[in-house]
Amino acid sequence: MSEYNIIDHEYDVVVLGAGGSGLRAAVGLSEAGLKTACISKVFPTRSHTSAAQGGISAALGNMGEDDWRWHMYDTVKGADWLGDQDSIEYLCKEAPKAVIELEKYGVPFSRTEDGKIYQRPFGGMTKNYGNGIVQRTCAAADRTGHAILHTLYGQALKHQTEFFIEYFALDLLMKNGECKGVIAWNLNDGTIHRFRSHITIIATGGYGKVYYSATSAHTCTGDGNAMVLRAGLPLQDMEFVQFHPTGIYGHGTLISEGVRGEGGYLVNSKGERFMERYAPNAKDLASRDVVSRSMSIEINEGRGVGKEKDHVHLHLSHLDKNVIEDRLPGITEAARLFANVDVTKEPIPVVPTVHYNMGGIPTNYKTEVITVNGSEKVVPGLMAIGEAACVSVHGANRLGSNSLIDLVVFGRAAAKRAAEIVKPGTPHESISESETEKCIDRFDKLRNAKGENLTAGLRLEMQKIMQSKCAVFRTEKNLKEGVEEIRKTYDGMKSISVKDRSLIFNTDLVETLEFDNLIRQAITTVDSAYYRKESRGAHAREDFPKRDDEKFMKHTLAWCDGKETKIEYRDVHNSTLTNDVQYFPPQERVY
Amino acid sequence: MVQINLPENSKVQKGQYFKDKTGSKNIRKVNVYRWDPSSGKNPRIDTYEVDMENCPSKVLDVLNKIKNEIDPTLSYRKSCAHGVCGSCAMNMDGKNGLACTTSHADISGDINIYPLPHLKVKKDLIGDLDGLYKQYESIEPWLKNNSKNNKDEIYQSQKDREKLDGAYECIMCACCSTSCPSYWWNGDKYLGPAVLLQAYRWIIDSRDEDRKERLQKVADELKLYRCHTILNCTNACPKGLNPAKAIAEIKKMLATT
Repeated sequence: MSEYNIIDHEYDVVVLGAGGSGLRAAVGLSEAGLKTACISKVFPTRSHTSAAQGGISAALGNMGEDDWRWHMYDTVKGADWLGDQDSIEYLCKEAPKAVIELEKYGVPFSRTEDGKIYQRPFGGMTKNYGNGIVQRTCAAADRTGHAILHTLYGQALKHQTEFFIEYFALDLLMKNGECKGVIAWNLNDGTIHRFRSHITIIATGGYGKVYYSATSAHTCTGDGNAMVLRAGLPLQDMEFVQFHPTGIYGHGTLISEGVRGEGGYLVNSKGERFMERYAPNAKDLASRDVVSRSMSIEINEGRGVGKEKDHVHLHLSHLDKNVIEDRLPGITEAARLFANVDVTKEPIPVVPTVHYNMGGIPTNYKTEVITVNGSEKVVPGLMAIGEAACVSVHGANRLGSNSLIDLVVFGRAAAKRAAEIVKPGTPHESISESETEKCIDRFDKLRNAKGENLTAGLRLEMQKIMQSKCAVFRTEKNLKEGVEEIRKTYDGMKSISVKDRSLIFNTDLVETLEFDNLIRQAITTVDSAYYRKESRGAHAREDFPKRDDEKFMKHTLAWCDGKETKIEYRDVHNSTLTNDVQYFPPQERVY
Repeated sequence: MVQINLPENSKVQKGQYFKDKTGSKNIRKVNVYRWDPSSGKNPRIDTYEVDMENCPSKVLDVLNKIKNEIDPTLSYRKSCAHGVCGSCAMNMDGKNGLACTTSHADISGDINIYPLPHLKVKKDLIGDLDGLYKQYESIEPWLKNNSKNNKDEIYQSQKDREKLDGAYECIMCACCSTSCPSYWWNGDKYLGPAVLLQAYRWIIDSRDEDRKERLQKVADELKLYRCHTILNCTNACPKGLNPAKAIAEIKKMLATT
């Protein structure tokens, strides 16, 4: 341990991650006068928020009547009743304010004829509690995430947020069940940094890279989720992995739901618009889990297109050329680059592709992390937001354009809550060195790993297992095999090999640390899926095809120590936050 | 006398040769710039024989193949893998671009890969962009509007919004700035095409009330007028944007106001 140069810092609040939620939190914290550090393994505008295309939902009513209660109903239904309705109420009610705020920050939203923010239809977004389609998704062409991320970075600069860029966070500093800060490795010069903070906000995003084919960036490795597991805290609802209906076949690049929002549709090998059969009302704009399952059924029953009949076609060549040019320029470029397709003439080959993790770090609507130890408790000093968190507003299935709004609404909420809890400049109490030693010990062991298994090989093995055993449709047999096989991959880590021993931009070690993070999340995902013996939202069990509210109207909590997991359940919140809206009782979910 | 040779420690040397072990009949040679700051050694060019039979279409796929299967010590930035995050900007076959959107089939002969030109190198293909980020900060990339109405958005006509097209899409990959000879020589003072395009993006935003001050801030011999319309920037942009035109527009605005 003496080999490492450790540099100490003290902050009121530390934010881990500089994507949409991390930046929004950092801006709010700086505004509140709290000394804030924002740590990120990539330069902020490289975060995966930049890849969000279609838009950000909010009941602004710029393009026809809308009501945040309708938005709330859609979100509850989209979540297949696994979402906490107090959090969902907060999300939908705050959404319009949060979007107006973004516009004032400078986000270059597309416009209506009268100069207001343009809104497009999106999957599962309806008016009057499921009666007809509403235009609720605010868009900056098909580059909404990019536009928001760059704008938020500008705001953070305006508020002089202190950034620690290209620092890789290693572990949380815990003391008696409270979070006291975080340890990070500076890739630029190889030093180790210990950040003391009264509150640590985890905004590290999702972990799509546990799968082989995902729209996720290489950096989506859920580092914060894994830190939480190592701190002895649980992750929630990890079995709920969203497959986006339209990833480019063979490459996985995302093609926005906005394409279907603007009038595009899916077609099988018979030239049939098959979604009409599965969702007679919403058709191609049913929620993502429904569309992905329908596509998988078409393919499984032999109506897929291509040589292998293993994908379907997304048509948009019938759309007005101006619509494609003005509103879908980004996907036009992506289709050309990654599918060699001219969208004005040919369909795009697409297949359901891993896209989003509904599960993550359990929090209340104030973004405080919670755990269960006999009863539900807040973990002092720890918050989580964005895809890393499970608030839970997305429940068993997230609606398109609800994730960008989740980032800013709860990023903002975290800053507000932190400002209530922390008095600027409060001194830090001492903590023992043992936490640091434990963290450095893991780091040093991996850095000097001299085994035989290349990290990339183990990662590929994990990704293939997850892809084949824990996909759109799941069965007892498949999941059982997944539960066993993924542990073999974990055991492969005993003989992992790292070739680069240096400390400056050692990306061999970065990827190994990321793999160590991923494999724990893969284990909790497949275990959580195995124990949920029902079908709900994105979790479709062929052997248990019905939703079982009696047994499973519950959040899964999974603890993971090495390859050992402990699974428990906590009740879904069955009340709203205020009397402004009534609780939506469970119904059958049809689109 | 002016020293015209490179300093001894920056001379690029011949590195390791990694022979194919797969027995593939479809091999390409990939020459990659390597430098490890902690080794105390000079930079070198390593050569990898890569099996193209099982390699997807982009240069990033080639690099991933090298890192995953041949040499895990190779370092480069990567993230989104579809041209929106700007991480994997580098120089391939003598041209700046994003490794994730550049097809290796478009490169004939050996594939030569270097970091973006004229940056300090942190390691291997990872360039130091701190200077460019500081310059970006200096143009104050945030909306300045004193409206006190927090209930509604600031209205913007479709025509005014259209002016932002071609400017807001910049992904800050730095392909343009690092292809610009003016930026090579005066990169400490000249803002360069990437940052000037962003300055332009805020100058022409109809919602911004600081247009005049913004224009004045860049109206400087070095910050702006070191652009000599060489147009390498526009040629290099992997997103098809036209920073040179934006710079010309700024000059025009200054000349006519």
